[in-house]
Amino acid sequence: MGSGHAHRLYRHGHSPVHALPPHCKLAAVLCFVVVVVSTPREAVWAFALYALLIAAVAAVARIPPGFLLKRLAIEVPFVAFAVLMPFVVPGEQAELLGVPVSVPGLWGAWNVLAKGTLGVAASVILASTTELRALLLGLQRLKLPPLLVQIAAFMIRYGDVVTDELRRMSVARRSRGFEARGVRHWGVLARTAGALFIRSYERGERVHLAMVSRGYTGTMPVTDEVTASRAQWAHAAALPALALVVCLLGWTL
Amino acid sequence: MDPVNLHPAPVPSLEVSGLAYAYPDGHQALFGVDLTVARGERVALLGPNGAGKTTLVLHLNGILDAGAGTVRVAGLPVEKRHLAEIRRRVGIVFQDPDDQLFMPTVREDVAFGPATAGLRGPELEERVMTALRRVGMEEYAARPPHHLSFGQRRRVAVATVLAMEPEILVLDEPSSNLDPASRRELADILRSLDVTVLMVTHDLPYALELCPRAVILSEGVIAADDRTQDLLCDDALMRGHRLELPFGFDPRSVSVPRP
Repeated sequence: MGSGHAHRLYRHGHSPVHALPPHCKLAAVLCFVVVVVSTPREAVWAFALYALLIAAVAAVARIPPGFLLKRLAIEVPFVAFAVLMPFVVPGEQAELLGVPVSVPGLWGAWNVLAKGTLGVAASVILASTTELRALLLGLQRLKLPPLLVQIAAFMIRYGDVVTDELRRMSVARRSRGFEARGVRHWGVLARTAGALFIRSYERGERVHLAMVSRGYTGTMPVTDEVTASRAQWAHAAALPALALVVCLLGWTL
Repeated sequence: MDPVNLHPAPVPSLEVSGLAYAYPDGHQALFGVDLTVARGERVALLGPNGAGKTTLVLHLNGILDAGAGTVRVAGLPVEKRHLAEIRRRVGIVFQDPDDQLFMPTVREDVAFGPATAGLRGPELEERVMTALRRVGMEEYAARPPHHLSFGQRRRVAVATVLAMEPEILVLDEPSSNLDPASRRELADILRSLDVTVLMVTHDLPYALELCPRAVILSEGVIAADDRTQDLLCDDALMRGHRLELPFGFDPRSVSVPRP
């Protein structure tokens, strides 16, 4: 599949990280996040080491730092929440650049910011090096309930179709001179949402009909088994294993 | 089997007899439909909107249960206990390819039917690639369906049912929304297939081009069953069933393949 035809989260490439089987990568990211979250927040140096680990993985995956940082922007709403914490959390007060802030609030903000950023960075690397389709196969391989995998697969397949339908409805609205301005027009938008829901629901029925016509009885046939060798698992485990060492040091030192 | 008769008449691909159906809300859509389609035939099913065409099609693979009458596909009655086999034998290509193509890639979509029937490994791969080759789409196997043009999606939709090696191919408005080139390409593909075809359509020139025989379904019964050209030339019959030829099209002016 050419890069032009993949999802925009994916970054086409042939690095060793791209080549790892999806379920190994999924498991590695999950373990890494768990390890990071369970690190004591006072061990500031540990988070620096985690960041170095992430940077190393990104380098192996040949993801440019700028690309990674830009994708981290998804974290902004959480950052806003973290920035509030030093001002709203009660407790011992301290002065920072002449502004009174609470010490527990500062630690809380640091905790959310550091752990969140590391988790998002790991996910961004996963999404940039794994195609959506492969991720689904990985989830299936990791024995996620098949119904959930099916729902995710249909979301990916029909996301574009539904967005397109919404765009057409919006074009039709504007062609008849309607521009949504202010509260008075929310009713129209609500009706659009309702119409979109009904259309999607009806499409769901038609898709189900087409599936039943081809023999569907409730389970998706598994045609692509993804497999991983011992070496591939070992490579994928490198990140969470090193992180675990850092985490244990963080608890003991 | 009768040992004396070495060449028995082949069982027709489709036999519908006395089929009647009323929807649960009481609206009766079919009033005793009789239709036999021989193996290898291409038949057009014509009729105005609301004549019951879709209702009839949904009976062919047991989505709807006959209120009265029977449907047989290659001799096998459409009944609950045969549903899996019936659905393998009857390949329905629905009107909107976005409804038909629901898997993330073309290859997986074409594999869905045979894989559901239990096929795996190289055999499955072979079946998928053969079906895609028959519609000229083998290069697109790894692509997601929503990145194809409408005509390409329609062809893949045909491949998804061809992969099940059906006894009869049922096409619902195959030429709708196609540009003239895609329309012609699809016609070439349909002509090249060695399979029984029942084509539901409003596109009368397309029916004339592809199907030597046509039937008119009107008000829930088969109102006419004849050579397509003869039906289209019968002005009174056509008017009586709200069928109209496109402007400037004269069915007498074209030469069509003999049945």
